[in-house]
Amino acid sequence: MAQVDPKSPAGPTGAPPTPEVQPRIDQLADLTAASDAGATLVPPEIVAQTLGDYVRGQFLRIRGGESGMLPVLVAMIVTVIVFQAISPHHVFLSAGNIVNLFQQSAVFMVLAMAEVFVLLLGEIDLSAGYVGPLGAVIAVQLVQPVTTNWPWWAAIVIGLVACGIIGFLQGSLITRLRLPSFIVTLAGLLIFNGVLLIVLAFGPFSGYPSLLGRSSNLHALYDLMWGHVSPLVGWIAMVVIVGLLSLNMFLRDTRRRRSGLVAPPIALTLIKIGFMAAVGVVVVLVCNVNRAAIGTLEGVPWAIFIVLGVAGAWTFLLQRTRYGRSIYAIGGNPEAARRAGINVAMVRTWAFVLCSFTAGIGGLLYASYLGGASNNVNGGQLVLYAVGAAVIGGTSLLGGRGKAIHGVVGGLVIGGIYNGMYLLGLAVQWEFIVTGLVLIAAVTIDAVSRRGTTKGAV
Amino acid sequence: MAEANVDEPLLKVRGLSKSFGAVQALSDVDLDLPAGTVTALCGDNGAGKSVLIKCISGIHEPDRGQIYWEGRPVHIRNAHDSAALGIETVYQDLALADNLDIVQNMFLGRERLRHRLLDENEMERAAAATLSGLRVTTVQSIRQPVGSLSGGQRQSVAVAKAVMWNSKLVIMDEPTAALGVTQTTMVLDLMRRLRDQGLAVLMVSHNLNDVFAVGDRVAVLYLGRMVAEDNLSTFDRQGIVEYMTTGGLGVTTGAPIGGNGAVEDGAG
Repeated sequence: MAQVDPKSPAGPTGAPPTPEVQPRIDQLADLTAASDAGATLVPPEIVAQTLGDYVRGQFLRIRGGESGMLPVLVAMIVTVIVFQAISPHHVFLSAGNIVNLFQQSAVFMVLAMAEVFVLLLGEIDLSAGYVGPLGAVIAVQLVQPVTTNWPWWAAIVIGLVACGIIGFLQGSLITRLRLPSFIVTLAGLLIFNGVLLIVLAFGPFSGYPSLLGRSSNLHALYDLMWGHVSPLVGWIAMVVIVGLLSLNMFLRDTRRRRSGLVAPPIALTLIKIGFMAAVGVVVVLVCNVNRAAIGTLEGVPWAIFIVLGVAGAWTFLLQRTRYGRSIYAIGGNPEAARRAGINVAMVRTWAFVLCSFTAGIGGLLYASYLGGASNNVNGGQLVLYAVGAAVIGGTSLLGGRGKAIHGVVGGLVIGGIYNGMYLLGLAVQWEFIVTGLVLIAAVTIDAVSRRGTTKGAV
Repeated sequence: MAEANVDEPLLKVRGLSKSFGAVQALSDVDLDLPAGTVTALCGDNGAGKSVLIKCISGIHEPDRGQIYWEGRPVHIRNAHDSAALGIETVYQDLALADNLDIVQNMFLGRERLRHRLLDENEMERAAAATLSGLRVTTVQSIRQPVGSLSGGQRQSVAVAKAVMWNSKLVIMDEPTAALGVTQTTMVLDLMRRLRDQGLAVLMVSHNLNDVFAVGDRVAVLYLGRMVAEDNLSTFDRQGIVEYMTTGGLGVTTGAPIGGNGAVEDGAG
């Protein structure tokens, strides 16, 4: 509770007169606070009460460096227009390709959400591109019908736990021994590439498709990417998800108003809900188009629900829990976090655990997409796509700024570029060059917006 | 303010020593911080002021010596220990995370929870109450990131962060160094208000104007040793400057440590 009575007079109250208050010559030179003095008349709370206020406030934020999602939306629109214009037969925006794009992007999205945890701390995890697939390979080996023949869910749990343990080991080296994360995870990239090859060599590894119908467990892993729900279930799921999110927004606003706090204008909340619903309707509509050349193939892929689940869980963890707040605090000012009594080493170590764990989910999707992991997993490229996706989405490489949703939208952009270049039939060298340029662009946006922020602060 | 023992200072430091490698930062330092007083801690650069307050607030652990809180010997090992006793520190660098907003910074490390989740509304209300209590009214919104605030506003947030907790001792490290005239007046007023409510305030300051404006007692460090500690009225400016720059050679006013028991004479 406040220690200070607001009604107590400003001057020295009841204090004995100070001996000699001389003219403050040293302070006359300091005029930096002049603007503060002028601003004293401003009411304590000026927060958007109308839509216009909100738009103006948002514009100021963008100018002040808080560009938020703006760059990624621009990138998305540009990607769509360019590839739609130049892809053969304008196939980019066909329903079949869009669903394929979603599935390709799902891998980048989940890996990018993994990277967000460590990027928020100003660290990086270069090993995620192999640690994730390693977890998937472990899971796939465990369900092989002729050897272990584990149930699919147990195999997934073991695969993800293995990833978490790897994250814990790397995180401990980084936080306890204070080794740079760049070096530790660069070594991890090599080490776990090797471990992945060793695990692949165990037993008779075979891809999913050849075993379809022969092993329900293998089939379950394959369905992570390629399974889909029926069109009706897709609609119901969409309505439920959008409904729950809307309800959450309304409840939050109502609770704030009841507490006497400023809440966003209702019109704004309605616009946000309308936007969510529109996106949901379009996604389900597109996914429910029959995309098979022969027969029927329709419905929302499981991968989309997995991405939404991961995004929801990590958004909750980062925004609503004390642990999430600690991550942001350490990313913003580690010394302040330490002085506030936050166990910095523990929070950072667990961020690496969460990163590797989430990478494991991405690895499962990746292995499922490929129809089985093989020894030519390109983990180095995967991790760069993942970091690029997170940064394009709005997460800062310098720490302190980022959200799980940034991985989703950034992953969509990266996935779009990846998909578009595939459609164009570009040789792999061009794919590398374009991806590199996109990474540079993303980092430039980050750096420029950072500069804007520092200029805004004193 | 009801005092359990009026004779006993709120916080008492005895024989505190701290070295960093070969550097002896503090040697055998004594300090009394009575409740309801502003104690000004003076000293030149490198005299050990920051190390002393970091020992009190649990950032550094002293090599030797004892700290007494309300007469009881205590060991302050980390920020949680000092906060549990009621010690709050406003550092010179303010220890604010620029990417977090004002509310998030004020509750950093001590977030209020509801059903194990962050209770943002409750925190925002409490932060707003504290800020308006301190008449920090220049910020646009308490939900704006601290990185977008001016230096004076940042100082205000840091002070508000310190006093929001039921603290008994507030330590301020160079609270006015980065402030202009208006904001300095505000912070000094604030310190007087804290004192009038029975809190002990330890102000580290170079600025003798501030020392004479709000100080009740003065303690001077010189090269890691406490060379003077007494009521402000026994010092004049020249004397304090002498203690700060020479350690007290040829000083005629004030009370040198080891003189005539002036250390114990805190009540004045």
